[in-house]
Amino acid sequence: MSEWLLEVEDLKTYFSSQKSFFGHNSGSIKAVDGVSFQLKKGETLGIVGESGCGKSTTGRSILRLIKPTSGSIKFEGVEVTGLSQGELRKLRKRMQLVFQDPYASLNPRMSVYSILEEALSVRNQNTNRMERREQVLELLQLVGLNPNQADKYPHEFSGGQRQRIGIARALAVQPSLIIADEPVSALDVSIQAQILNLLKDLQESLDLTFIFISHDLSVIRHFSDRIAVMYLGGIVEISRKDQLFSKPYHPYSQALMSAVLKLDPTKKSERIILHGDVPNPSNPPRGCTFHPRCSHCMEICKTERPKAIEVEPGHFVSCYLYKQP
Amino acid sequence: MNGKVTEWHVDTNPPIQLLAQEPKQVESQAYWILVWKRLSKNITAMGGLVILLLFIGGVVFASYIAPYPIDQMKFEDRLLAPSATHLLGTDDFGRDIFSRILHGGQISLMMGLISVTLATVVGITLGVIAGFYRKLDMFIMQVMDILMSFPALLLAIVIIAVLGAGLTNAMIAVAIAAIPSYVRVVRSAVLSIREKEYIEAVQALGIRDYKIISRHIIPNILSPIIVMTTLLFGESILSAAALSFLGLGAQPPAPEWGAMVFVGRTFLSQAWWMSLFPGLAIMLVVLAFNMLGDGLRDALDPKQN
Repeated sequence: MSEWLLEVEDLKTYFSSQKSFFGHNSGSIKAVDGVSFQLKKGETLGIVGESGCGKSTTGRSILRLIKPTSGSIKFEGVEVTGLSQGELRKLRKRMQLVFQDPYASLNPRMSVYSILEEALSVRNQNTNRMERREQVLELLQLVGLNPNQADKYPHEFSGGQRQRIGIARALAVQPSLIIADEPVSALDVSIQAQILNLLKDLQESLDLTFIFISHDLSVIRHFSDRIAVMYLGGIVEISRKDQLFSKPYHPYSQALMSAVLKLDPTKKSERIILHGDVPNPSNPPRGCTFHPRCSHCMEICKTERPKAIEVEPGHFVSCYLYKQP
Repeated sequence: MNGKVTEWHVDTNPPIQLLAQEPKQVESQAYWILVWKRLSKNITAMGGLVILLLFIGGVVFASYIAPYPIDQMKFEDRLLAPSATHLLGTDDFGRDIFSRILHGGQISLMMGLISVTLATVVGITLGVIAGFYRKLDMFIMQVMDILMSFPALLLAIVIIAVLGAGLTNAMIAVAIAAIPSYVRVVRSAVLSIREKEYIEAVQALGIRDYKIISRHIIPNILSPIIVMTTLLFGESILSAAALSFLGLGAQPPAPEWGAMVFVGRTFLSQAWWMSLFPGLAIMLVVLAFNMLGDGLRDALDPKQN
């Protein structure tokens, strides 16, 4: 067993955009194009990036909800990509997903009780009804909901409460890794804080590992230990939170960080404005995917894709501006 | 930034609820009560429902209500116009048409019921398979498209030509003709549901497909299924009557409505009531089903929630 809970190596997930009559792909969208990272137990990795950069697809590929095109995903030392449906079912008890939209992630026709009971039934089939009931009520208490509300239906809850139900459902199978896909972006700011605190508390008490996907830098900063910055299907920079926020290396990260509001309004900092749009992922630019919008673009950036370089211990950047120290 | 954000109120009782004019006390079992309330405000739908209930009541209790036995022939009473003794007149054998319509309704409604049930079971199964397992989608839908390229009645006639005439075969034919439109509706409903996050969530939990389909997909596509079934009911009764009229379904001594119209056709100049009243019965029942179906569609429309 390695020290990592999760190792992702050169993960690629392509969606075929068109299938020609004879079945070969005539075009594909490279949603995730060569993502690699490792995750320690108990750690939180934040994945940040603008919409369409492949954050969610990365998360779903790790869970095998979407079949990755190539690459390797090792969870607790076990290769996930080649698993059969039956083996996958066992694995899924160890990894769970918390969704963005609490209004779409709960079946409107099922009571909270049956939603949670169904999730619990995956973990152990042999419990009787009384034990199940006990467990459902425990789960509700765990996420800070009143157990008296178990027999209500999702539409009777507020967005924050629904998100708590979604979290309870994910916790029901006692996972060790939770992939939270923008868990608070659909919520009011006041509720966001409560949900984030709940996740933090749960992480401490249940020893959970998180992959936290968000486009909101302040949320990511509050929640993560390490942060990966994604751009157009690839990780451009990954490092500890404090390193990234104090000294971002990659030009894209620099632009991203410059957009964060500063606490001290007297401290003037230059805002880096990116020009142009994100290129079409079905036809990404050759070389570095960021080069058409980069102000430091060099000749080599247009032809060859940069490899990740460790500029500081644990701080990796994919950019030709930096040399291996 | 690792510290906690201060909580300033408890989530279980958000102040937002105080602002809402009416606290939402609706339970989801009450969903169907809500639908019923909405439906009961719809005059057309309620009209349809009342007509249907009258017909069904009359047909079910035909043996008590009908003033004459269906096969009682009285030569001296043949081709009598509607009167107090014979409400809707008599036919060429002196049989009471009102009694025959009541009894004939048993055949017509039964044909509708059986063929719709058959179409529903097969249609839902195929539609769910096509929508959920996309690999079979193309094959199923192409077969359905081929079936749909024939007019329903023509298709039914072809099927009867293969199976042979008779009541059972007519029901099977009507059911088969109704299946393609069913499959389409169910498939598209499944397609929209299967992309929902709650389906993804239960897939991530490792729930088996049959449970996902039976617990998560079917309950969420009930509304279009109910509407479709109601409308198809009317359509099936019409097709069944049409087949009987053509002599391919129920055979003439049986008091089936379509068959009665057919028999009365030869006496149209002397006894218009022989064809008119069974025809009216068909029309009323089909119309009632359509009115109810349209009303149900409005009542179940989630956009009104």
